[in-house]
Amino acid sequence: MKHTIAALVENRFGVLARIAGLFSARGFNIDSLTVGETEDPTISRMTIVVEGDDRVLEQVMKQLNKLVDVIKVSDISSQKFVDRELVLIKVNAPRSRRSEIMEIAEVFRAKIVDISPNTLTIEATGNEDKIKAIIGMLKPFGIKELARTGRVAMLREFRGEV
Amino acid sequence: MTGAEIFVECLKREGVKEFFGYPGGAVIPLFDELYKHWEEFRFILVRHEQAAAHAADGYARATGKVGVCIATSGPGATNLTTGIATAYMDSVPIVAFTGQVRTAMIGSDAFQEADVTGITRPITKHNYLVKDVEDLARIIKEAFYIARTGRPGPVLVDVPVDIGLAETEFDYPEKVELRGYKPNYKGHPLQIKKVAKAIEESERPLLYVGGGVVISGAHEEVRQLAEKANIPVTTTLMALGTFPPDHPLYLGMPGMHGTRYANMAFIECDLIIAVGARFDDRVTGKIDAFAPHAKIAHIDIDPAAISKNVEVHIPVVGDAKLILRELLPLVKPRPRNSWNDQIDEWKRKWPLTYRNSDSVVKPQYVVEQIYEATKDRETIIATEVGQNQMWTAQYYKFHRPRTLLTSGGLGTMGYGFPASIGAQAGRPDALVIDIAGDGSIQMNIQELATVVQHGLPIKIAILNNGYLGMVRQWQELFWGRRYSAVDIAVQPDFVKLAEAYGIKGMRIEHPSEVRDAIEEALKEPGPVLMDFRIEREENVFPMVPAGKALHEMIGGLA
Repeated sequence: MKHTIAALVENRFGVLARIAGLFSARGFNIDSLTVGETEDPTISRMTIVVEGDDRVLEQVMKQLNKLVDVIKVSDISSQKFVDRELVLIKVNAPRSRRSEIMEIAEVFRAKIVDISPNTLTIEATGNEDKIKAIIGMLKPFGIKELARTGRVAMLREFRGEV
Repeated sequence: MTGAEIFVECLKREGVKEFFGYPGGAVIPLFDELYKHWEEFRFILVRHEQAAAHAADGYARATGKVGVCIATSGPGATNLTTGIATAYMDSVPIVAFTGQVRTAMIGSDAFQEADVTGITRPITKHNYLVKDVEDLARIIKEAFYIARTGRPGPVLVDVPVDIGLAETEFDYPEKVELRGYKPNYKGHPLQIKKVAKAIEESERPLLYVGGGVVISGAHEEVRQLAEKANIPVTTTLMALGTFPPDHPLYLGMPGMHGTRYANMAFIECDLIIAVGARFDDRVTGKIDAFAPHAKIAHIDIDPAAISKNVEVHIPVVGDAKLILRELLPLVKPRPRNSWNDQIDEWKRKWPLTYRNSDSVVKPQYVVEQIYEATKDRETIIATEVGQNQMWTAQYYKFHRPRTLLTSGGLGTMGYGFPASIGAQAGRPDALVIDIAGDGSIQMNIQELATVVQHGLPIKIAILNNGYLGMVRQWQELFWGRRYSAVDIAVQPDFVKLAEAYGIKGMRIEHPSEVRDAIEEALKEPGPVLMDFRIEREENVFPMVPAGKALHEMIGGLA
């Protein structure tokens, strides 16, 4: 099963290497990893998606916590959270099929960010299901290039109790 | 102050007196500063950087203080790595300083450059590359703090040449503030209560004691707990010396070359109270068959050690000594029961034993005789790795913690001799003996010059069988006696070699000479090398074959 781990880490050189190294040394597989500065410039936020059973996850979390540069680790997939991924898709788009592709993009509230005589480049944002769906819809046209950011995620503040 | 001055000042503030190392281009500024303070330290110049790391490790294990070593950039640093990994696996606090090429040259494949923080990342608790002299004092302070607190371990500080020369205001922080590092010492009261309850409900409890008890200094508390509730005790290789070896509740070492009764206790017990032990594969044997009837309570300072190899029912995270102190008053006295009788019967039935000989020297006999000759003195024993290590663990009786120095986790051949150097430097009053094999001793034999230069009266006992004995034993038992690449009978004349370094060398070829030779060596004020020519194909028994369960031991029956 997939788990989304949010980690707050010191914004220092070498921290990404420590975390990536820990995963490979312990034989844990990373599905995706994103990293960026937070509201506090001395802290970065990492969102790591790992595949594994509860025992693997427990070890991953504990090992991450042991790193001196890691401030806080939480498995947010056990709680209510929002997650987003951004994808750029360069798709074959001869003049005859362009409008069809643009329609699909509109359905997904995606943007056309580049155009050439034979291609369109589409930017889409969403959770994993949505990204999967748009890729699926565009595949028949012939995807020339695909770039994904990996998942970023955050806990929901309002948990539904009124 | 210059960076080099800060370096020396920080060592002083951390109370460092003895340390170990080897100079080189990138650390000349630091060594130049040391030169000005030569009398304030006892710097031990080794002959290979690996020995500096092992010596710092041996120093730390023997004294409980942080061990320090220093090497130059590139090859100096890479030579340290085996010693750093050894310390990491056994949770030994050392701080390693390495030189680095000038900051501006980093990443340019400069002469003697290596990405040392990259190389040592998975084998250090933490490491630093100092990029600004302003950070140097804080980093050194943090390095010592991280090394010795929580679950201890090695920390490396990589110092570029120009940092040693750069100047700044010296400011040694009073306190360490690391928001990502806050070790937890106090155990959760509710969890501690659960352990007490589990002991009360248990018919067949077993205390499984590991190296954490040495680090925490919890051996007294372990004994009190054992005696209060009549709980049998087994101590791992890393914990030998934490429990009185002749105590009626003592089961010796468990695992691959442990006692049959300790292993049977694991198989039959209904409760394991693990204290500072980590369920290593050499202890558990085949993991699926390990302790099938037992509930497991695990006291450890490292949360990641809990439920890593076996599922733990009652985890207690914190310092062993503090937790046992909280636990003791909650534990009800438990009278001896049929479990204790059962264990006593196993101990009678399967004593640790070997067949002695009148004609050929048995390694077990040598170890026993070393014990007999040294038992009334403050003695620290180091071992190498392999058969020599296991015979020592089986036949030397360790009465106090920190008296056995051995590479348990990494299993590093060549560890024992340089570790003895560290131990002797830290404990000049103690008798330090390295029990070695003829293979291991040759991995750091160059350090004979170090002991001579620094007047370290270490005694070396080589159990010489002309084989890489442990591998040969496996080949004999499990690989159809195909002795592939284990015959090292071509070797130097160790007596002459000792003499070449200016120390006393002795060869012992007959059992009748063993005790006298040891006594003679102990009388010698300086270092001595004893070459015991032992039975070539003697095996370490009993043994749990790899992949087998603990009750499937072979050999070693009377």
